[in-house]
Amino acid sequence: MGAYLLRRLLQALGLLLLVSVIGFTILHLAPGGPLSQFAAGGTMTQADLDRIAHQLGLDRPLPVQYLDWLWRMLLGDWGRSYRDQQPVLAVIGSHLGATLELMLTSTLIAMLLGSWIGVLGAIRRYSLFDTLATVGAMVALSIPTFWFGLVVIYIFSVELEWLPSGNRYTVGDGSLLNQLHHLIAPSLVLALVSTALWSRYMRASMLDVINQDFIRTARSKGLPERRILFHHTIRNALLPMITVAGLQLPTLLSGALVTETVFTWPGMGRLFLDSIGYRDYPVVMGLLMFTAVLVLLGSLLADLLYGVADPRLRLE
Amino acid sequence: MSRNHSPISAAHAPSSGFSRRSLLALSGAGLLAGRTARAQGAAPPPPAAPRGQVVVGLSQEPTVFNPLMASIEVDQGVWWNLFNPLWGVDPEGNLTPQLAREVPSVENGGVSEDGLAWKIVLRDDVVWHDGTPFTAEDVKYTLELINTPGFRARTRQGHELVREITVTGPHEITWRMEKAYAPYLSLLAWTFIVPQHILAKADDPNTAPFNNAPVGTGPFRWGERVPGDHLTLVANEKYFGTGPYLERVVFKYIPDLTALYTQFRTGQIDHTSIQGILANYYAEAKKIRGVRISVNASPQVEAIAPNLAHPALGDKAVRQALYAAINKQAIIDIIYYGLPKPTESFFPKESWAYNPDLPKQSYDPAQANKILDEAGWKRGGRGIREKNGVPLEFAVSTTAGNPLREQVQQVLMQDWQGIGAAMKINNMPAAVIWGEFYTQSKFQSVLVSSTYMTGNDPDCSIRFASWATPAKGGSGSNYYQYANSELDRLLATGVTSFNREARKDAYREVQQIIRDDLVLLPIYQPAPVEGIKEGLIGYQPNVNVSSNCWNIGSWYWAS
Repeated sequence: MGAYLLRRLLQALGLLLLVSVIGFTILHLAPGGPLSQFAAGGTMTQADLDRIAHQLGLDRPLPVQYLDWLWRMLLGDWGRSYRDQQPVLAVIGSHLGATLELMLTSTLIAMLLGSWIGVLGAIRRYSLFDTLATVGAMVALSIPTFWFGLVVIYIFSVELEWLPSGNRYTVGDGSLLNQLHHLIAPSLVLALVSTALWSRYMRASMLDVINQDFIRTARSKGLPERRILFHHTIRNALLPMITVAGLQLPTLLSGALVTETVFTWPGMGRLFLDSIGYRDYPVVMGLLMFTAVLVLLGSLLADLLYGVADPRLRLE
Repeated sequence: MSRNHSPISAAHAPSSGFSRRSLLALSGAGLLAGRTARAQGAAPPPPAAPRGQVVVGLSQEPTVFNPLMASIEVDQGVWWNLFNPLWGVDPEGNLTPQLAREVPSVENGGVSEDGLAWKIVLRDDVVWHDGTPFTAEDVKYTLELINTPGFRARTRQGHELVREITVTGPHEITWRMEKAYAPYLSLLAWTFIVPQHILAKADDPNTAPFNNAPVGTGPFRWGERVPGDHLTLVANEKYFGTGPYLERVVFKYIPDLTALYTQFRTGQIDHTSIQGILANYYAEAKKIRGVRISVNASPQVEAIAPNLAHPALGDKAVRQALYAAINKQAIIDIIYYGLPKPTESFFPKESWAYNPDLPKQSYDPAQANKILDEAGWKRGGRGIREKNGVPLEFAVSTTAGNPLREQVQQVLMQDWQGIGAAMKINNMPAAVIWGEFYTQSKFQSVLVSSTYMTGNDPDCSIRFASWATPAKGGSGSNYYQYANSELDRLLATGVTSFNREARKDAYREVQQIIRDDLVLLPIYQPAPVEGIKEGLIGYQPNVNVSSNCWNIGSWYWAS
């Protein structure tokens, strides 16, 4: 187990290095730069722009800039944002809470609701419920989130005035009730798509298990249907879902670009979008590395959990 | 600082980050001004103590709070409430004293006859938000910091000419200018003074804690900032000027213009600042109950800027023909709902230097064809004209994702096709187009909204002087590569004289030359639309500053 972990961690380091090289190169080779936003208005002279580029070290050759970044990173210095001069980790930290709140809520909704729909659909295959769930899932997967978000805002905020049209809370009113009120619309919109996904995974996984020999054996032993369902079928059907959940971890923390923008949610997705738009290199690189670490951790965690849940897969 | 609305404007597209920046500034002289003035005539008096809060919705996030560093308009809107310059600019363009007792001039002896020796007397009743008295040392420190080699100052324009800064009393300061430079008065009107007693102690002023917990002299103090979401300022009860009448000001960042407009409609925000409402929502917005919709003037001008090194666009006859073939009124009426005003100059109509006597463009394709025929541009195959093997073909670039601008491009393409000119569209995201593509003159032509002034001073040397083209090693922003020695001479005269009448003549002639040579094909002066809740008193659009949040210190709710 220890040796396995060590091997995985070493692999992860190599992968991270690769990700950083590729990310850095693509980011810097894309035309434009962090100072473009100042050029268009014409109130800063070219001398000013050149001076600031020099002060930020943007006029050095790319490999030098990369090595400088890498060296600082190894020393634990993630750099500072070009936009507000804050340390990158502080910038990421200040957006993490909002994303976590939104993503945890929507994932929880999606997991519970999706699993339930999936299980029910599988045991009553081709029933009216299953047909409706299948069609519903297809529709949910095909609706663009930004459009659905706008429709929800239009109906529930503009017309009915039941829900706020965005934001995490009313400024000046940080009460729990106020926060929950703001959470409803974006988390349901986000949950829509993942519920559909979860229900499809769960249904497929259930169908796999239901047709296995050991279920038939359980039935022939005369076990009650309830016991077969909960102790035999679902337990085994949940196994592959561990992988799905593990891969969900990075999504939990990296946020939802579109939903966060439509609902003015100050999370990681928006931070990423803004940072790319402004070419805030240190923050974009920070987010990239942060997400890469999460992906690697998530898949490692899923593999480890697999071993815990299924003794046949225990790792040596 | 750019008030560049357009280069970047309007995109809903989340992919273009700062592209939503935009227009701002507006004017007292705008449509609304009359209405505002009347409304205020009947306005109730301000409250005795600060009361209530205002939520200002912004489509870009203010992130820079050291007022000397590189910034965009939304940052500057925050600065006006936290800090003070020595003097500011009112909607009519007059400099009004803030930290200084009076605005120095040759008449009052503050500036010497030759424009070189400056003497400023400061107010003695100003304290920083932390209670420390404000003195001449703070002014000296501010001007020196801007010129400190490692400091990432926004601009050193003007400041680099300052020598021998001397504190001659606790509230008196003098300096000498390397050469006479009249626009420095305007530049100082948006140079905010920072506290020496805090910043001088920082290891590195670029990353000082001050930059995220600023201490100023303005009507509001720093409250809190939730990055990516909002910023709260609270009333400074010790403010030396008028107000503040509000307990809190919240600057709320709403990156999507549709979401911004929706939240204004649903009442979650009280004021949409800087490009708050797109022209296509204007008609609907007017019907919202309980709000005022203000159509303002912008200091910018939207124009097609040709690269004069382009083989076809470098020919003046081509530019004349293209200009005559633009259906300006159609663009303004159909695409922009009749809001902007057509213009021939690159200065806003509100400027004292604006030249109202420039020849009016009229849409005349026949005349355009005639100009091209006479200049030897013959129609070839495909109906495209050419001369000496050079086809009349070029691209117009602008920020991708701005639907209104894209429609303008389509109208231009059609109009110009009719006179045998082939136009292509080559749009890019904001961070790309306004990078080297623009600054190193790699474009063929751009559709851009820009301000051409220095602060509110008409000095436009860096935009048109022959020494200001970066692609030729210059240090300005003459990206069109225009060179004209007569214009250089006029610009140099305008900069050194402190006599407004003499300067007016020089700048009128400058506008005449730029119009004759069609260095820019001006289309219109944008008319940004902002919304404000009824009952909120004191909102006063100001074309001379980069944000209409410039005077929130004087805002209050009618109870």
